Amino acid sequence: MEKRWIALYVENEVGVLAKIAGLFSGKSYNLESLTVGTTEDKTISRMTIGVKSDDITFEQIKKQLNRFVEVIKVIDLTDVPMHRKEILFVKVKNCTTHDKTELFQIANVFNVHVSDYGKDSVLLECMLPDRRNDELIQLLNLHFKTIEVVRGGSVAIESISTSCI
Amino acid sequence: MKGSGAKLFVKALMEEGVETVFGYPGGYAVDLFDELYRQDSIQIVLPRHEQGLIHAADGYARSTGKVGVCLVTSGPGATNLVTGIATANYDSVPLVCFTGQVPLGLIGNDAFQEVDIIGITRNICKYGITVRDRNDLGRIIKEAFYIAKSGKPGPVIIDLPKNIQTELGFLDYPDEVNIRGYKPNINVHIGQLKKAWKTLKNAKRPLILAGGGITRGKAYDSLQKLIDKSNIPVVTTIMGRGAIPTDHPLYIGNTGMHGTYASNKAVSECDVLFSIGTRFNDRITGDLNEFAPKAAIIHIDIDTASISRNVKVDIPIVADANIAIEKLLDWVEPFETQKWLEKIKAWDEENPLGMKKGKGMNPEIIINKINEIFEHYTVVSDVGQNQMWTSQFLKMNKERKFLMSGGLGTMGFGFPAALGVQIAHPEEYVISISGDGGIQMNIQELATAVVEELPVIICVFNNNYLGMVRQMQYYFYGKRYAATCLRRRSSCPSNCKGPNSACPPYTPDFIKLAESYEVLGIRVTSEEEIEPAFRRALMNRKKPTLIEFMIDNEELVLPMVKGGNPMSEMILPTGKR
Ligand SMILES: Cc1ncc(C[n+]2csc(CCOP(=O)(O)OP(=O)(O)O)c2C)c(N)n1
Ligand SMILES: [Mg+2]
Repeated sequence: MEKRWIALYVENEVGVLAKIAGLFSGKSYNLESLTVGTTEDKTISRMTIGVKSDDITFEQIKKQLNRFVEVIKVIDLTDVPMHRKEILFVKVKNCTTHDKTELFQIANVFNVHVSDYGKDSVLLECMLPDRRNDELIQLLNLHFKTIEVVRGGSVAIESISTSCI
Repeated sequence: MKGSGAKLFVKALMEEGVETVFGYPGGYAVDLFDELYRQDSIQIVLPRHEQGLIHAADGYARSTGKVGVCLVTSGPGATNLVTGIATANYDSVPLVCFTGQVPLGLIGNDAFQEVDIIGITRNICKYGITVRDRNDLGRIIKEAFYIAKSGKPGPVIIDLPKNIQTELGFLDYPDEVNIRGYKPNINVHIGQLKKAWKTLKNAKRPLILAGGGITRGKAYDSLQKLIDKSNIPVVTTIMGRGAIPTDHPLYIGNTGMHGTYASNKAVSECDVLFSIGTRFNDRITGDLNEFAPKAAIIHIDIDTASISRNVKVDIPIVADANIAIEKLLDWVEPFETQKWLEKIKAWDEENPLGMKKGKGMNPEIIINKINEIFEHYTVVSDVGQNQMWTSQFLKMNKERKFLMSGGLGTMGFGFPAALGVQIAHPEEYVISISGDGGIQMNIQELATAVVEELPVIICVFNNNYLGMVRQMQYYFYGKRYAATCLRRRSSCPSNCKGPNSACPPYTPDFIKLAESYEVLGIRVTSEEEIEPAFRRALMNRKKPTLIEFMIDNEELVLPMVKGGNPMSEMILPTGKR
């Protein structure tokens, strides 16, 4: 079982998202992440889909997606150099002054933004690859008592200079 | 020129060449029916239940290759289609189903008879869409017919809100379709086909496995040529049965759960399995690890997603069956299959197909009579033992056709589907074969058969049981016949293990029931009565005839492989494994 990524161009129509999501639940595929938004062409949406599967199932998933009338193109990003980011908000609550200092340091190291601040809480705004977000959440969980996590799911685009994967 | 959506709807049907609409009205479809009333070229058939309706449209489509058209109202009218949509989807049958819907402005209000039928059917149809703009109506209908019948055919649902039906707009119907996400590929990749030929060429024990794709892809003639030219023996799936004449010397039989001994042996022993138009479902393969263990598998299918899903295939070929076989014919040479054929023949002699004799009338004898009396027919079976017996013993070729619900196995399909066949082919001998359980699932269509003056011959194999399930209980559940006896009454002993002289009478009395519909009803209890019953039916060409065959309650379908077991582990008629 490996984590893999698909980019999917679909018609921007009512019900398409439900249809794609329904495929994953109906056929028991392991959907890890799904994001969707319009493209430069308003009639077309692009989805970024993360799945965990073995090779055979992954081939099936791509074929099943291709069968849908509303699916315009399926792109397998597994071996494609891409930029992939996920938005993550973490609110750390009940902070002491010491906690806050530490949070600023963590933000520095992880290269994330402190986007809001109160008497005893701090809001971190992160735009990192999902795995890096996982690590950050793990770290914060370890050091702080109350954190609130909101994740947006990954979006990905193929790289221009093929070097960065 | 402008007109209502309903007017454009009727115009579209005419341009698609639709002659028959299977319809059941209601508040949110009445405008469409009104428009149909005002013309004469399209007839409306009114079945007595929407499930019967869609199965009839399905039979119509299967027997003609044309798109079957259903028209029902919103809410319950639409939900009553669901089983039929799934049935058609599973067997790749082209249907376009129009469902009425509450006005767009009321959607979401839990309005009277509002259901999200597009949401409900999302993963059991090929495509579904609600019309939200009167300007899109023509294009959507055009696309629906195209999607339903192209590529791997299937059912399409168009949900038509009431206000779209009445709104005035242009009446133009497009000539062409252009759907950017849907470009079905039918042509064959020559490189792959060459590879397949290279593998097949060297086979010592080649075997062709033909599935329903042969019928759906109209590849009957090309397959026959391939077989005659190559001398390669053939086995079929249940859906593929009839893909070559059942009396062809190179035809071995069905393979799978109820396949013949020789067929299942041949699959286990072949060195190249050349399969066309089958999805290798579990009823065909049994235990996947032991399926065709010695064979390189070549697989032609129009559906990419059917390839290498269940069975790992060595050479996948995505193509229309007919096109691929025609291309292959250019290269094919006769094979030296004499030894291999002798081996298969020996297996067949070791365990031939056939039911126990000496107990009087049995399904084999009844079906053999059909083979004898009729020179051409379309037989439509229901689901259960009756279906398996028909598939085992019915003679099939181009003039002797067989239809049934293969993929979904929908009880209640057979009889209404037979009505659809008869509507499309008034002169054909259409014979419906059902069990006593399944016939009751759409028995109300007797009325449709009478009012449409359809001379369908309705055979009911009455074994007093949901026989197929009883058979499982007999073999694997210690004869604990839970909920399979149709004679059982609440006063019966709770631990009944089979019929005895104290059993209550069967209800309903099918003959009286038939008569109440003005259907000719004949009960057949012995072998001598079979032929006269069919002869009487043949004289009765303005109305249906129902023949109830009282068969042995404990008859079995054999051979049988337990679900999930390897195909080599067959339960055979003699009791040996
Ligand atoms: C709609 C539906 N419900 C349940 C089943 C499960 N099932 C398959 S065969 C069968 C028994 C059918 O009994 P009958 O119609 O009398 O036919 P027989 O097997 O006795 O020939 C049942 C219940 C089914 N296939 N379809
Ligand atoms: Mg029965």
